[in-house]
Amino acid sequence: MHIVVLTKPVPDPAAAAERLGPDHRLDRAASPAVVNANDEYALEAALKLVEASGGEITLLTMAPAGGADTMRKALAMGATRGIQVTDPVLAGSDVRSTAAVLAAALGELTFDLVLAGADTSDGGGGVVPAGIAALLRLPYLSNAARIEPDAGSGRVKVRRITPTGYDVLEAPMPALIVCTQALGEPRYPSLKGIMAARSKEIAARALADLGSDPSGLGGAASTTTVLETRRPPARGATTVVRGTPGEGAAAIVNFLATRRII
Amino acid sequence: MATIWVVGELNGDGSLARVSTEAATLARTLATAAGAEAAGIVVAADPSSAATELATYVSRVVSITDPEAAGHVWASIAAERVAEVIGSDPGTTVLVGAGPDGRDVAGALSALTGLGVLVNAIGVTWADGGPAVEMSVFGGKLITTSGFTSKGGIITIRPNTVTAEVAGTIGRIEPAAPSGSLSLPKVAITEQVVEAGAAAPIEEARIIVSGGRGVGGAAGFELVASVAAALNGAVGATRAAVDAGWIPYAQQIGQTGKIVKPELYLALGISGAIQHKVGMQTAGTIVAVNRDPDAPIAEFADLVVVGDLFEVVPALLLALEARAG
Ligand SMILES: Cc1cc2nc3c(=O)[nH]c(=O)nc-3n(C[C@H](O)[C@H](O)[C@H](O)COP(=O)(O)OP(=O)(O)OC[C@H]3O[C@@H](n4cnc5c(N)ncnc54)[C@H](O)[C@@H]3O)c2cc1C
Repeated sequence: MHIVVLTKPVPDPAAAAERLGPDHRLDRAASPAVVNANDEYALEAALKLVEASGGEITLLTMAPAGGADTMRKALAMGATRGIQVTDPVLAGSDVRSTAAVLAAALGELTFDLVLAGADTSDGGGGVVPAGIAALLRLPYLSNAARIEPDAGSGRVKVRRITPTGYDVLEAPMPALIVCTQALGEPRYPSLKGIMAARSKEIAARALADLGSDPSGLGGAASTTTVLETRRPPARGATTVVRGTPGEGAAAIVNFLATRRII
Repeated sequence: MATIWVVGELNGDGSLARVSTEAATLARTLATAAGAEAAGIVVAADPSSAATELATYVSRVVSITDPEAAGHVWASIAAERVAEVIGSDPGTTVLVGAGPDGRDVAGALSALTGLGVLVNAIGVTWADGGPAVEMSVFGGKLITTSGFTSKGGIITIRPNTVTAEVAGTIGRIEPAAPSGSLSLPKVAITEQVVEAGAAAPIEEARIIVSGGRGVGGAAGFELVASVAAALNGAVGATRAAVDAGWIPYAQQIGQTGKIVKPELYLALGISGAIQHKVGMQTAGTIVAVNRDPDAPIAEFADLVVVGDLFEVVPALLLALEARAG
């Protein structure tokens, strides 16, 4: 089985230093980059599948040149190799362009499954994977809590979380699956994994390598533009109440009543 | 006349999803500002109930009966039918919810039409001939306003962005058949499982009472649920509580869970770690009960009651009961 996992380097939310540059694009120098947390759930799911029935995992990312450093951590978790699409033209890409580039990169590969994370922490809306699946005419299975591929029949079963429980979906492979945290906690890279990752291949691809016409892609072709930004109104001061449980409870009720919440 | 479209999403029973009533209300406001018409599209094996409801919000609803939608995943079929209806004008605006179904429609529709997408809108106005879309980014630290270069595109709308309000008149319903065969692969639904006690969706709740590791176990979450019931709210949780198996993942709030913006967020035994904070810090009012006065949540809550939640919460239930009389 060959699984491609889509990963994206994002500013580390734990550092809380994300900001936009003067061009209204993400200022990547402002914060340390990490693998997008939801992508790690997808990778963990891929690792478990490959451990159970054999196969290889290719990480695919579209990122600026520095993105390879972040990818090493995901390689250390156990992925086989990485592919990074990097092209100066791609800075400031919108949803449409990102989906088109990743679809073009997938078009070069043969795979059974593509796994993606539910969304990205740097403002992603979780819409890119559906776009990729539509462009490649791949079966699209989202919100997955369980993934069961069957090599014999060439089909995959997915539990899709719904507001009231779950649906069981079934589709032929190759297929694209969007993963959730319900698939299980990502592992920490082992020391052995970290060592092994140093020599794993990260192939760089430019748009020309993918045979993609740059004219409709990247920042210059973006369909969206940031018009202005502002800080949200600051929260007021915090009221701290210490006392008996009864006093604490009364303080909450009064506070909610004053704010007309109850 | 230009059209502002809203894609009607469906609940499991075929009724119109609440986020679509809000998106439709917003579409109407935008249409008025733009001098355009607000119109809806419903795609389903039986669209009648959702289409009838959507017509109470907008002046026209295209109601597409697609037998393929029975027993198959809805979003890609809906996206393809919507693409057939709206055509290829790059100035077209389409609104859809920002939940799992809406995201799936938006991504596929963008690929099919070439329209751009702006995601997770917390407000949309009409400015300079196109939508101006407000989004809360970087875990609530910044609000951006964005537009489309072609003055049209797809916008995913967060729940509770506007209050749903029906229009004064009822719109006309235009029944339609799908116009062609599907080019995107259909995905079969082989089984639908309803889990006992499926909780109210937290994204839509006005009040959320949330429990963390401090709640101590599934039994403790019954206490959380009692407070939620007393306040007419929904139950939320931290990842620590979800990982411990005390409550389903669907209730998790935060970076890898849901982003919520209720009027009241009552946090019980929650430290307020950054990954949790980014999911709830734009709540109108944040109240925390924590025995540690130095927990990070004390830095951004409006009210912190320092104490043991197993003592404060029973007292709170009594006080709420007394108030309700
Ligand atoms: C990549 C990544 C993604 C993550 N995503 C999320 C996410 O989506 N959502 C999320 O919530 N977390 C997420 N986390 C986890 C997050 O970092 C915290 O670990 C988690 O939010 C802590 O949950 P907690 O507040 O319940 O537990 P703790 O941090 O352990 O806090 C428990 C609190 O309860 C208080 N307490 C204990 N007993 C009592 C009592 N009897 N009465 C009153 N107070 C009491 C304690 O003082 C403490 O403040 C993520 C972490 C990572 C690394």
